[in-house]
Amino acid sequence: MVDILGGIMKALQLIISGDPTLYGIVYRSLFFSGTAVILAVLWGTPIAMLIALRDFRGKTIIKGFFNSLIGIPTVVLGLVLYLVFSKGGPLGFLGLLYTPAAIILGEAVLVTPILISIATAAIEAVDPEIMNLAKTLGASESQASITVLKEALNGVLLSNIASFNRAIAELGVALLVGGNIAGLTDILTTAISRYTQRGELDLAIALGIILIVIVFLINMIIITARKAKMLFTLGRSPQ
Amino acid sequence: MQTWQKLLIIAALATIVVVASTLVYFNYFAKRRLIISTTTSLYDTGLLDAIEKNYEATHAVDINIISAGTGIAIQHAQNGDADVILVHSPSMEKTFLEQGYGVNRKIIAYNFFTIVGPDADPATIFGKNATEVLKSIVAYGESLEDQSGQTKVWVSRGDNSGTHSKEQSLWKAAGYNYTLISEEPWYASVGSGMGDTLNIANQKSAYTLSDIGTYLKFWNNDIISLSALLTEEESLLNIYSAMAVNQTLHSQINYVDAMNFIQYLVSDETQQLIENYGKAEYGQSFFYGAVQPLKENALQPIVSWIQSAAFFDGSECPPQYRNGYPELYP
Repeated sequence: MVDILGGIMKALQLIISGDPTLYGIVYRSLFFSGTAVILAVLWGTPIAMLIALRDFRGKTIIKGFFNSLIGIPTVVLGLVLYLVFSKGGPLGFLGLLYTPAAIILGEAVLVTPILISIATAAIEAVDPEIMNLAKTLGASESQASITVLKEALNGVLLSNIASFNRAIAELGVALLVGGNIAGLTDILTTAISRYTQRGELDLAIALGIILIVIVFLINMIIITARKAKMLFTLGRSPQ
Repeated sequence: MQTWQKLLIIAALATIVVVASTLVYFNYFAKRRLIISTTTSLYDTGLLDAIEKNYEATHAVDINIISAGTGIAIQHAQNGDADVILVHSPSMEKTFLEQGYGVNRKIIAYNFFTIVGPDADPATIFGKNATEVLKSIVAYGESLEDQSGQTKVWVSRGDNSGTHSKEQSLWKAAGYNYTLISEEPWYASVGSGMGDTLNIANQKSAYTLSDIGTYLKFWNNDIISLSALLTEEESLLNIYSAMAVNQTLHSQINYVDAMNFIQYLVSDETQQLIENYGKAEYGQSFFYGAVQPLKENALQPIVSWIQSAAFFDGSECPPQYRNGYPELYP
């Protein structure tokens, strides 16, 4: 039978001894998910601003659309992206399949709905008077919307962290468009899957421990940030 | 310009930077890539890691291994997403060649599948041949009191892999309709790789068909306690082939490196590496080289077994499916 305790001990040895394979995987996981979230923030925040600050027909439908995409199974998105990036597919000419860029783009697409949904709610929660006040004080439309974004900073940061959480813990996209190539496109989740499949449980357990610690830390940050709202409101003039 | 417009432009630029830097890196800085889509058994046993290490030491090529299963490996190749495929399902390989997706097939290795099951052997399959074994399993499955589908007797890969295709042909050879068998309540189709399937069979004390390499590795590492109850008979022969993806279908195929790699696989040195793999650690070879016995056409039963199971029109690769490299087919 599987020796769980022995497996955990060996896993801890690997973690402490700084096993290069192990830390390569951890580094790639953090790097790919981090870059994916930066991309998603860059293209998701302006969309969230548009949805939250403007009045237009179909606003509810668009919000509902992004809300329902939050729960899309990663393996479904992975399959769609595989077909897109495959050499026979529409973006096949770029040759991005089985490269880090494919994972980064795929995870960015994956987390965009969650980012837009949370960020939209955060911006909408800001008192509309603030925008009007800023304008009456002589701010341009652009400056006024930045003021609102600053007010909503806490919620916007929450959306970023939640996105990172989803990106680093997902398996389907990275597996299908990354190919789980050792040393190039394997990340925490796909490597855990590989080493379990290969019966090399020590490494799988070590990677599992690290993944759980990362996810745990991120959630601690969210909880702490919610409690210490003051932290993010420092430096802002009192209302 | 409004804030959101500026942000969107920055987003577009950032996306382009990610894509462009990847393209520049792979085209100008990285070593040439050779993408190999492979059946799980060659990868999960660690054999391909050993081959990759050796090959990369002497060639300026970066081998990228995608381990999935024969069905997906063939799918990758059809889409042009792999340069070489390593598979073990002669019937699928034949279709693949006929459809023009693959060229220059070489049989590189063989071993035997094994039917594994709990030590207690409740279906009493030990000592029987494959057909009798499956009949005993059906009889045992039908005799179970619990027909709710909770109790499983047989676990199947169910993933269209080479092992799965072997399993289907064994059921057929034993006189069963595979579709009907797979709907039986005692039959579990898990849609997973060999390792996962062995784990599930082990948890459920059920029987399954496994390649010998993955089984030995899991058994030796005490991950599973199932016994190999049936081994080494002709119907369980497992033949591995390599094929290059046809570069006329997809322009980006790295055909030259693909063929170099296939030549490397059939070289004496690599055949020796394949034979020796696992011997030191597990006391038994996982795979046997197929090139030498086939070339000598030796009077061993294994040669005629391979020929009858995996030759098409009397050849491992009929001339119409070859493209250059005559030295591969003396």
